Amino acid sequence: MSGMPKWADVVLVPLVSLLLAGIISILVFVAVGQNPWEALQQMVEGAFGSSNNIGYTLFYATNFTFTGLAVAVAFHGALFNIGGEGQALLGGLGVAVACLVIPWPHWSLALVAAVAMSAAFGALWVSVPAYLQARRGSHIVITTIMFNGMASGLLIYMLNNVLRPEGAMQVASDVFPQATHIPSLNDIAQAFGSNAFGTSPANITLFLAIAACVGVWALIWRTRLGYEIRAFGKSQPAARYAGIDATRITMIALLISGGLAGMMAVNNTLGANTPQLVDNAAGGAGFIGIAVALMGRNHPVGIALAALLFGALFQGGSELASDTNVPVQIVIVIQALVVMFTGALDNMVRKPLEGLFAQVRRGARSEA
Amino acid sequence: MTLMKTFLGASAVLALTAGGAFAEPAIIFDLGGKFDKSFNESAFNGAQRWAEETGGEYADFEIQSDAQREQAIRRFAEAGHNPIVMAGFSWGTPLAEAAGDYPDTTFVIIDMVVDAPNVRSVVFNEHEGSYLVGMLAAMASETDTVGFIGGMDIPLIRKFGCGYAQGVLATNPDATVIANMTGTTPTAWNDPVKGSELTIAQITQGADVVYAAAGGTGVGVLQTAADEGIFSIGVDSNQNYLQPGSVLTSMVKRVDNAVHDAFTAGPEVETGLVVMGVANGGVGYAVDEFNEALLSDEMRAAVEEAAAAISDGSLMVHDYMSDETCPAIEF
Repeated sequence: MSGMPKWADVVLVPLVSLLLAGIISILVFVAVGQNPWEALQQMVEGAFGSSNNIGYTLFYATNFTFTGLAVAVAFHGALFNIGGEGQALLGGLGVAVACLVIPWPHWSLALVAAVAMSAAFGALWVSVPAYLQARRGSHIVITTIMFNGMASGLLIYMLNNVLRPEGAMQVASDVFPQATHIPSLNDIAQAFGSNAFGTSPANITLFLAIAACVGVWALIWRTRLGYEIRAFGKSQPAARYAGIDATRITMIALLISGGLAGMMAVNNTLGANTPQLVDNAAGGAGFIGIAVALMGRNHPVGIALAALLFGALFQGGSELASDTNVPVQIVIVIQALVVMFTGALDNMVRKPLEGLFAQVRRGARSEA
Repeated sequence: MTLMKTFLGASAVLALTAGGAFAEPAIIFDLGGKFDKSFNESAFNGAQRWAEETGGEYADFEIQSDAQREQAIRRFAEAGHNPIVMAGFSWGTPLAEAAGDYPDTTFVIIDMVVDAPNVRSVVFNEHEGSYLVGMLAAMASETDTVGFIGGMDIPLIRKFGCGYAQGVLATNPDATVIANMTGTTPTAWNDPVKGSELTIAQITQGADVVYAAAGGTGVGVLQTAADEGIFSIGVDSNQNYLQPGSVLTSMVKRVDNAVHDAFTAGPEVETGLVVMGVANGGVGYAVDEFNEALLSDEMRAAVEEAAAAISDGSLMVHDYMSDETCPAIEF
């Protein structure tokens, strides 16, 4: 179908996109009077230079893996769920309810409950847009992005009126009880006598994210349901003709997607250094998930790698902003450039490359 | 051999003290950013003043979301910055969490109290300063109706409003004080459009002096007050220059002094609770070339008298945050 060999599709397109983003970034750095080479060094150093920095990179990558998988599952069914941000916020609410209401005796039980509640809340939040899409044909892009705004409003209402401790001024829930605190990667490393992840909040949710990658792979390519989702995504009329229930597949694909987005909250709420639910807890990860899924070609391996790249960009970028005079806004511009080139402008790179490969092939054929 | 040891030891001590003396201070700004013309900018000005006076350098960082707070604190602590100043009450929880891990670093938090041996907590008696500008508002008002526009509805901002209302009513017991809050989330600190709408709403209710305690939102309040030809009162920084002739005065909260003091004292800055009020120049009202003509001699004399009374303790202004009630106004 594609005019390109698979390796070019999977490796070359993202790399060329990154390169283009890099070139524009260099121009941006030059424009603000910063040596681009030094800035790049600072960012790499900031992302991987110390045990702490690696920990933070992994922490952010965990967030992006969940939201990237969420976008990918829906995308296989040709559904563009861009409400990951709102579903992650609701997932955070689920985590907070799970951890604050029940006095858990051990963190492992709290973790199971937090995962279940966050997935349930995220799925619940996407269920209305999913139903509207499946039954009424209201476009999922419109409804999910509107639900992001509503999620933010609901979260703030809950934080202000229900979860905020008496007399506190910060819009945040109480810190979760000590017994619910899940081990950080450094806690695990310390058991082996090392301090590999410093004070970073990287925690065991990372393993959950890896498990989710395997799970999504198995679901999409090794189960009947996954086959149905893909068939539905490739051609809806053909899928209907084959006896696949469109409503059922739309609902299921989106509920799984919402659940995955919601589970991100386990990492950044329960897994944070200060385990509490704060305002704007998702921090844009829901949107970065879209770029991660596009760059990762909707495959779990690609998503994990893309999530790592964006995690490094996020962590290295904030190190750059705090260690140099580069304003934090410039760092956001750089991140936006990478999102733009790897996500939104994907076809800008793909089409010329496809043309190039087609030409080479034609040339080879005419010679033969 | 022993001589060598002594020598090595001495140089090690030298190196250590040198390292301590050259530790750069750092400041972390709250949401809203360092150029909010108000609270954060005041903190930034204090840091800049220190840098200009001493030629020293400092590190700074503007967070983009609440999730970054603890990371920002830890990053600066691990980079060896000392002292580390953070402006805003939202730093309370993350600092309480992180401070214990860096016993050799001194932290300074403004607007919040964190009880740890290496933390200096600076709080301001905003109710005292607000009382003084409330007196000025009451004396400047011709309609006997004055307004208060708060940012986010939290006890700290009610403390401003409560002090203001007490000052108004102490000067003119028949006056009416209208109070509105911009919102219940941090975005309320940076919503000049809503600030402008609230100002118009208060003007239609008869207000002819409006006090904005709302961070960046206040810029809209001051603008609208100038457009509509009424007086406004700025907050935190001296905002008199923003709308000359319309800004009656500003309730200055010397966040800049708190930052400057901490940077000047360096890593050895005294920890514990520091209260900055009218008595020690921590809060007050601003008089400069932009509002001299607006304040008559009687007005200034009355306010000076009240300021002296507050300083010597003979006049007690009720602090909303002490019991979450206000004798002068309902929120």
